[in-house]
Amino acid sequence: MAKNTIIPFGPQHPVLPEPIQLRLVLDEERVVSAIPVVGYVHRGLEKLAEQKDFLQDTYLIERICGICSFIHSLTYSMGIESMMGLTPPPRAQYLRVIWSELHRMHSHLLATGLLADSFGFENLFMQLWRTREHIMDAMEATTGARVLLGTCCIGGVRKDVSEELLKSVLQTLVTVEKELDEHMPVLLNDYSVKQRLCGVGILDKQVAYERGAVGPTARASGIAMDLRTQGYAAYGELDVEPMVETDGDCYARTKVRVRELYQSLNIIRQAIGKIPSGSINVPFKTKPDGEVISRAEQPRGEVLYYLKGNGTDMLERLRVRTPTFANIPPVLAMLAGCELADVGVIVISIDPCISCTER
Amino acid sequence: MINNVENITVDNLLDKVASKMPLGFRFVTMTCVDCGEHFDILYHFDKNYELSNFRLSLKKGESLPSISGLIFAALVVENEIQDLFGVKVTGLVLDYEGRFLLTETAPERPLCRVPGVMMVEAGKPAEAAEVK
Amino acid sequence: MFNAVSKSPWVVHFNCNSCNGCDIEFLACLTPHYDVERFGILHIGNPKHADVLVVTGSVNNRNARVLQNVYNQIPDPKVVVAMGVCTSSGGVFAGCYNILGNVDLVIPVDVFVPGCPPRPEAMIDGIVKAVGILERKRKGEIFPTAPKPLCKFKPSEEQSAEKTAIKEEKTV
Repeated sequence: MAKNTIIPFGPQHPVLPEPIQLRLVLDEERVVSAIPVVGYVHRGLEKLAEQKDFLQDTYLIERICGICSFIHSLTYSMGIESMMGLTPPPRAQYLRVIWSELHRMHSHLLATGLLADSFGFENLFMQLWRTREHIMDAMEATTGARVLLGTCCIGGVRKDVSEELLKSVLQTLVTVEKELDEHMPVLLNDYSVKQRLCGVGILDKQVAYERGAVGPTARASGIAMDLRTQGYAAYGELDVEPMVETDGDCYARTKVRVRELYQSLNIIRQAIGKIPSGSINVPFKTKPDGEVISRAEQPRGEVLYYLKGNGTDMLERLRVRTPTFANIPPVLAMLAGCELADVGVIVISIDPCISCTER
Repeated sequence: MINNVENITVDNLLDKVASKMPLGFRFVTMTCVDCGEHFDILYHFDKNYELSNFRLSLKKGESLPSISGLIFAALVVENEIQDLFGVKVTGLVLDYEGRFLLTETAPERPLCRVPGVMMVEAGKPAEAAEVK
Repeated sequence: MFNAVSKSPWVVHFNCNSCNGCDIEFLACLTPHYDVERFGILHIGNPKHADVLVVTGSVNNRNARVLQNVYNQIPDPKVVVAMGVCTSSGGVFAGCYNILGNVDLVIPVDVFVPGCPPRPEAMIDGIVKAVGILERKRKGEIFPTAPKPLCKFKPSEEQSAEKTAIKEEKTV
């Protein structure tokens, strides 16, 4: 019996854009188990949110994570709205869908690009990020910011988007789709890419369920779970279906993201086609009271907000369960038994967002 | 305002949790809320997008039995609660002993509302919220 | 031979405590649309290969030591670019219990880039400025600053007074 060695993977590692440490227990080149060491990005945002009032929190919450920032503030706003009994006007709901899907697209392109970078395909990384810039431009044109949009507010959205701008978004989508058609066959059919992704980091459906996997990680293992089908915001009036793959390996997770990119294109087109005119937010005078759970589908999976108000400006408790937090136990299952050289690819394939996880 | 809440106690916690998984429920997460005299610990389960919750009222100073033996995924969130609230969780399959998110130099039990412990450098003290 | 340092500086990026907003904007700088590679700047994973350290986010209790490690591993001459408002003051997270504060409590910073997050153009400007400083450090016009001791929990008033003084010095 060879003696087990423990090597630290991270916190500063070329494939990881964010600091997390995995203590890998190795038997020669094979990983026996992995122990996560987190806390490198822990700020204590849940406490800070209790010290700011609930309107300021909308913008604080965006800074949980710069990648899925809009969906964070959307989920938080939905929670507060249901506490106060507000219904945002339909136009706001559609705009929320459009921005959510733009965020999903930029996040998936980012994740797929980083995945390509993690197995050394730098050209593809660059090309995917070039495509992503079109979406960033569309977000900047419609909101004025590239990353932290700050447009979602309680009762609706802060900013309306003119018809011309929506048309230009559609124009952007045409360009994006054309570029996706060029890049995606490379990602999905290339021999060397398949060698790195197929059969690597397999997550069984049963294990995915037991360990509470969410988002593309769960869908790639055959669990049809997508909160957008529950019709929050304006998703109820649009055609959304969970994209499911059954292999559960890194390739399946990538394929789910690629299919969701096309799905998002489709959803934005539907939303722009159906968007009604009218006001974009509702005024309110009440303060949040009671407790509520609000959930939404982020690019990485389900996000859950637990909010407790006490009738004052300050919230009593704000708790965020982010998708990567739920995906840590599944990734430990994937790592057990893999080769050391595959660890980077496996970790990146769940699209980890450590800033979300540790808040 | 939260639907499907069932109150449970420390004694029947493990039985109740164990009964959920065979019914096809997915463990979502746990939430700990400081209610002054006690902690409210909520266990969230999901089936077909329907949340079903357990609420456990835990007196301060009592320890919480871990469910990570039944559901491995509870490990991370139980360690987090142990760090942030100072609730002693017993029987964790992997116990970080309060060093999961926080280090030795960080303030202890930052989310627990005990006067004197919960000091934050900038911003208002959390007691201000209750004054109104 | 040393001319190559400022003609093609290699950059290592460390996410300290950031929300990811600055990180993805910094990575966007590297990619074809903004393309800092036209200045010879190359993103590298190993601090021992690097000349420029890009830091995003503020310092917390756990990563202060890691940040100092990464900094110490970079060979001299080296420059540090701090991206985003969190690096200079803690930003929106300034009141959080686990935040120690700005990056220059732990390592000396040469360029601060403001913004939440800064625009990629501002980031490129910051890096180009840093390359200028690197060139001057190489020629010996500026002496490399010694790394500061790791600060203990809760920076005292003295230290915060000191850090404001440093900031003023840098803007000059």
